[in-house]
Amino acid sequence: MRTTSRPRRATAPAAAALLCSALLLTACSSGGPQSAGSAGPGSAQVTLTVGDFGTFGYKEAGLYDEYMAAHPNITIKYETVQDGQKYWDALTTHLASGSGLSDIQAVEVGYIAQAAGTLGDKFTDLSKADGVKADAWLPWKSKQATTAKGALIGLGTDIGPMAVCYRKDLFEQAGLPSDREAVGRLWAGDWSKFVDAGKQYQSKAPAGTFFTDSASGLFNAALSAEAQQYSDASGKLVYRDSPGVKKAWDIAVSASQAKISAGLRQFQDNWNTAFTNAQFATVVCPSWMTGIISKYSGDSGKGKWDIAQAPVASNWGGAFLTVPKAGKHTAEAAALAAWLTAPEQQAKVFTKVGNLPSTTAGLQLPAVQGARLDYFGSTPTGQIFATTAGNIKPAPIGEQDGTVKTIITDNGILDIEQHGTDPAKAWQTVTKLIDDKVNG
Amino acid sequence: MASTLRAPAEDSPPPPDRPGPAAAAGRPAWRSRLHRLDLKASPYVFIAPFFLCFAVFGLFPLVWTGWLSLHRVDLLTPDVAEWRGFGNYTRLWATDQFWNALRNTVTIGVLSTVPQLLMALVLAHLLNYRLRGRGLLRVAVLAPYATSIAAATLVFVQLFNPDYGLVNWCLSGLGLAHTDWYADTWPSQIAIATIVTWRWTGYNALIYLAAMQAVPKDLYEAAALDGASRWQQFTRITVPSIRPTILFTVVVSTIGATQLFGEPLLFGGGVGVSGGSAHQFQTLGLYMYELGWPSRQLGRASAVAWTMLLLLLLIGAVRYLFARRHRLEPKG
Repeated sequence: MRTTSRPRRATAPAAAALLCSALLLTACSSGGPQSAGSAGPGSAQVTLTVGDFGTFGYKEAGLYDEYMAAHPNITIKYETVQDGQKYWDALTTHLASGSGLSDIQAVEVGYIAQAAGTLGDKFTDLSKADGVKADAWLPWKSKQATTAKGALIGLGTDIGPMAVCYRKDLFEQAGLPSDREAVGRLWAGDWSKFVDAGKQYQSKAPAGTFFTDSASGLFNAALSAEAQQYSDASGKLVYRDSPGVKKAWDIAVSASQAKISAGLRQFQDNWNTAFTNAQFATVVCPSWMTGIISKYSGDSGKGKWDIAQAPVASNWGGAFLTVPKAGKHTAEAAALAAWLTAPEQQAKVFTKVGNLPSTTAGLQLPAVQGARLDYFGSTPTGQIFATTAGNIKPAPIGEQDGTVKTIITDNGILDIEQHGTDPAKAWQTVTKLIDDKVNG
Repeated sequence: MASTLRAPAEDSPPPPDRPGPAAAAGRPAWRSRLHRLDLKASPYVFIAPFFLCFAVFGLFPLVWTGWLSLHRVDLLTPDVAEWRGFGNYTRLWATDQFWNALRNTVTIGVLSTVPQLLMALVLAHLLNYRLRGRGLLRVAVLAPYATSIAAATLVFVQLFNPDYGLVNWCLSGLGLAHTDWYADTWPSQIAIATIVTWRWTGYNALIYLAAMQAVPKDLYEAAALDGASRWQQFTRITVPSIRPTILFTVVVSTIGATQLFGEPLLFGGGVGVSGGSAHQFQTLGLYMYELGWPSRQLGRASAVAWTMLLLLLLIGAVRYLFARRHRLEPKG
């Protein structure tokens, strides 16, 4: 049975991560025989640890091995947590206690304002580190990781220009166009048209399939297109009266009520399985999502997915690499972070897992512009995402964005999807939970 | 127990007379003082390691948590505390999520403890017979207890998967409707209670078994001679004889149920900390964790911790009164 092999495969990386962390521990405690014998600071053996979440693609693109080959005195160990929220919760605790930190820690854009704000003192200023040119990134990207005092605490890894990934086979069966231009026209201009297209799909849907995976994903996508999101320009939390949040919420609710969503929680096991079983026809698709699709849709979905333009050009997600001050080798770590986020390396990551470069030079590289992801057949992936990247209008972010997003999607929209809760009541619950959490 | 009253002072060392008064006369007085000090202080020194450990790892966290619960403290800056008095507690009282967590803790506790102890009792009774391969069976019932919570829970998460899980597959074979074991309140609580029950039944069964083996055999023989059936023997002899043990397991299971944390956390996957999207299986332990870590409100989390402690003390007091009443009953 195909379905039962999935969870087992999913546990393999988890076991590997566990093993890695175990190795990490032993490596730390033993001190290493090499370091005892070596001489000057330049040649000293250094073990750098990298902590990240989801798929950053450094291992997949062979970048760690490449760096270690070029720097024989450096050994890189890494630890990856699948769930971004859990990763951040653990990271904040580690930052508070100053222990358990990796030399390099990734931070998601939803939390970068908090990292650059309240937690700003805990990170090394990277603007003057070896190999860092602060203007190499898209201006809004580095601005997000700059503290009030002007310190650059995070180097941009990727950005998430929005598109929509869809299954050509399911679209055809439901009587919708399957050509990417025509599909893009179905919903061009507004995310509410995406819901309309969903209703059209659902009326003739192949049995057991839904138009899209989750209303929460749709919420994130629709919100990303808005000029005002959770916070205003001064970073103050204004989600309650934000027109952007209201609109995205209404779109997500209408999708859930029209039953065009499979009601899954993204990045969770049964969501992964649903990819394999072709349970939904579309997934909102920031560039980094392509890596996830090829991973979980597997061989059976190869060549069946295509990518259409999103209704509105926008950005969802992306991340930064930071170097906590508590680390022992901050200089070496900063050099590695700078190398990993340099245009050439970003391009390699993109061609491997689909994380789009966040540097202006990286976006222009022919390797990116002309990239086609093997899994998506002839789709001009690089061109689609790079074009969108140029049209992104960044919205202001605030310290509580990540928290608010988690509550709205996990306790609000997911509750509506799973339990059919009245949207007005769900929104009330959401505001209560957010108030409770934000006003410590 | 009253029957094991210790004979007074018989075991204690004989009075110290070795350095005798005559011998001590010529010695400096400090020596005898030292000796007396040795006698008086040594026992305390010998037991000190335990109390030191208890003070560091038991008492200090308890007191510190109590202190934190009266303040507003951010997890990231635990050294900065703002006085709040009992504000954290009154706020708990007014928070729906707390009452929801308390309710869930009670329902999951009942759903897991009651079947668990009943099944353990029956299992112990069966194991108490002369069965073939008894030793092997006794080891087997303890196996779930030796399994890690994480491993067991991950397996159960797969079993209870609403779409592809074995449980729903079996139920649909019986013609029962599709059950969403993750999202719906009662099914998810039952699923979690099942994990707890699976894990602890064998452990309790072994405790019962040990107690049952201390019941005199002649009681059963006499009962059998009088024509009592096995069921009657069980309800009239076994259960009354091991009542103190049953009470003990009830207390231990109740404490365990109050602190339930790992199973719901892992069962919920990505929404584990909030106990499901609608907090449908968020226990007090999870609520405390959610406040303390993801929300970073250490003071409020501490208030939940102390509330849990007070609840346990309350349960303990009820148990004590209950036990005393039962002790008095046969006489009265």
